[in-house]
Amino acid sequence: MSKAAENITNYHVYPDASGHFGFYGGRFVAETLMQPVEELAAAYQRFREDPEFLDELDRDLADYVGRPSPLYFAPRLTEHAGGAKIYLKREDLNHTGAHKINNTVGQALLAKRMKKTRLIAETGAGQHGVATATVAARLGLQCVVYMGEEDIARQSPNVYRMRLMGAEVVAVKSGSRTLKDALNEAMRDWVTNVDDTFYIIGTVAGPHPYPAMVRDFQAVIGRETRRQLQDHEGCLPDALVACVGGGSNAMGLFYPFLNDASVELYGVEAAGEGLESGRHAAPLSAGKPGVLHGNRTYLMESADGQIIETHSVSAGLDYPGVGPEHAWLKDTGRAHYVTVTDQEALDAFHRLSRLEGIIPALETSHALAYATRLAAKMQPEKKLVVNLSGRGDKDINTVAGIEGISI
Amino acid sequence: MSRIASTFNALAEAGKTALIPYITAGDPQPDATVGFMHAMVEAGADIIELGVPFSDPMADGPVIQAACERALAHNVSLQQVLAMVKAFRERDNDTPVVLMGYVNPFEVMGYARFVKAATAAGVDGVIAVDLPPEEADTLLPLFRQAGLDLVFLLAPTSSLQRIQKICAVAGGFVYYVSLKGVTGAASLNLDDVRDKVARIRSQTKLPVGVGFGIKDAVTAQQVGRFADAVVVGSAIVRHIAANPADPGQAQQAIVELLGGMRAALDEKEAGEPTASAG
Repeated sequence: MSKAAENITNYHVYPDASGHFGFYGGRFVAETLMQPVEELAAAYQRFREDPEFLDELDRDLADYVGRPSPLYFAPRLTEHAGGAKIYLKREDLNHTGAHKINNTVGQALLAKRMKKTRLIAETGAGQHGVATATVAARLGLQCVVYMGEEDIARQSPNVYRMRLMGAEVVAVKSGSRTLKDALNEAMRDWVTNVDDTFYIIGTVAGPHPYPAMVRDFQAVIGRETRRQLQDHEGCLPDALVACVGGGSNAMGLFYPFLNDASVELYGVEAAGEGLESGRHAAPLSAGKPGVLHGNRTYLMESADGQIIETHSVSAGLDYPGVGPEHAWLKDTGRAHYVTVTDQEALDAFHRLSRLEGIIPALETSHALAYATRLAAKMQPEKKLVVNLSGRGDKDINTVAGIEGISI
Repeated sequence: MSRIASTFNALAEAGKTALIPYITAGDPQPDATVGFMHAMVEAGADIIELGVPFSDPMADGPVIQAACERALAHNVSLQQVLAMVKAFRERDNDTPVVLMGYVNPFEVMGYARFVKAATAAGVDGVIAVDLPPEEADTLLPLFRQAGLDLVFLLAPTSSLQRIQKICAVAGGFVYYVSLKGVTGAASLNLDDVRDKVARIRSQTKLPVGVGFGIKDAVTAQQVGRFADAVVVGSAIVRHIAANPADPGQAQQAIVELLGGMRAALDEKEAGEPTASAG
């Protein structure tokens, strides 16, 4: 297998026409889905260059989502870390409280133009499900969200939010009853209802064109960051840090900087109870390549090729795969992939709440934990940007529960 | 000539439709599988489709999902599935065996190693549900070299262009998925299926099998009037699910179901569907 591409000068020409990032990506779906996936790729290809589509997208991002999101210099977190200046890209301030809406707004506009009347989605922490239910309500489309039974239990506020907006939330009881099984079930729905249904995948994974399309919709994060840091500091960042489950917030932040070799990229995976414990969700750090959910990428799998159960305190990172572009950025060496344990994430959750008055999502807390460690090793004149991908309101029950507090 | 080709040739000469039952290897327990395979052949099966259990069977409905879970509770691996085929071959050197599964276990074993081991075990063909021809560039030449058939699926959504593309590389037979949905889903529309099978036939000389939605002797007979093979999966696996602790009981029910289908298929020219045990 030829994995790493050598001497890449332009990272912005990937994936290739067949959806491959080097060895990764592609289109591994049952035959019934090949035609709808090709139809989607053609539609996306057409609309991504259509000025009218892009205008409508920009308007929605400004007026409905609330973009641009601020780039906030975090003085007390910076002082605590004792090194590089830490900036936070405030995706938590978007409508619905996370970066996920950037993508669902885009895909919903596409669904409307493709005359689909029904939206389906999978969700782990519930953020993507909420973001999908939101755009479905706004456009008057039917919406079904698949969510693992276990995740429904640990993210009940988001389940209620989806239902408030008229979505049907289906509890997935198969397999490990988490995000991967919700994805399986959404695929089964799609294969059954291909004529009227648009599947809004929430991360940079799945069959081509999803990894590229979701990345493009999320790349607004990196484009704004670039401009905003230029305004604040008059330079490029030295390092970018983002958490990686499927990897959409990281891809969105990284993508506009891929060709800037001076910008170091750090994707933070969930080490759960520690990589050595086996109870984690870190396919890039401790998995190996395989095929799942329509693409080839790094997976958490057994020696026999069965997908194994993952563990993370954060439901949004509890996924055994990762977007194929991350797999490729790892092999090419362009990005670094590191890990943070449940406990370190919980510490970071409290730290940001106390130091900056911002309660971050548990997913985001992984990025914050690593960023604090990294900043400490960097010179004070260096600038580091963390993608504050989501707010932590949805996680307060989980955190309180772990700490034996009833609220 | 491969076992698959000679089986279809012999059936065509006799004017018969192939009956292809599916079971998941290792369901409900590993030691039941080889016995099921022999019993199905005795009940009239022409080709055995043996499922390789996978943790994330995205194209399967609840019945086969549960079968995978039962098999995986015994940690049934691809290697063990191949050992089952080898054991089956000790008493049956004629009935083709086609593995049906998802590509990841094949990929993790390593394509070259998998092809070698499958050939040695006596496997004749493989259906990798999530491996369209576009992603099969590496696997296809290995299969051709080894004389193994890579069997591809066609679906109601497949355009004429895709039908041509797939038929150009398909081996053994072409498997038409009769409905938009997962295995074991609702009823198929017979007229649509007949039209689509005719369209596929105009593009290939390979036999055309139809699966998904064939649940009893009546549907088997109806589809058998225009298809070269009928594939029956969930209807069989349901009997295993109903008797998880008693494979003998399950086997008896499977034999009755297949016997009814066999009789109905063989009487297809007579017109009236035969009552069945299904």
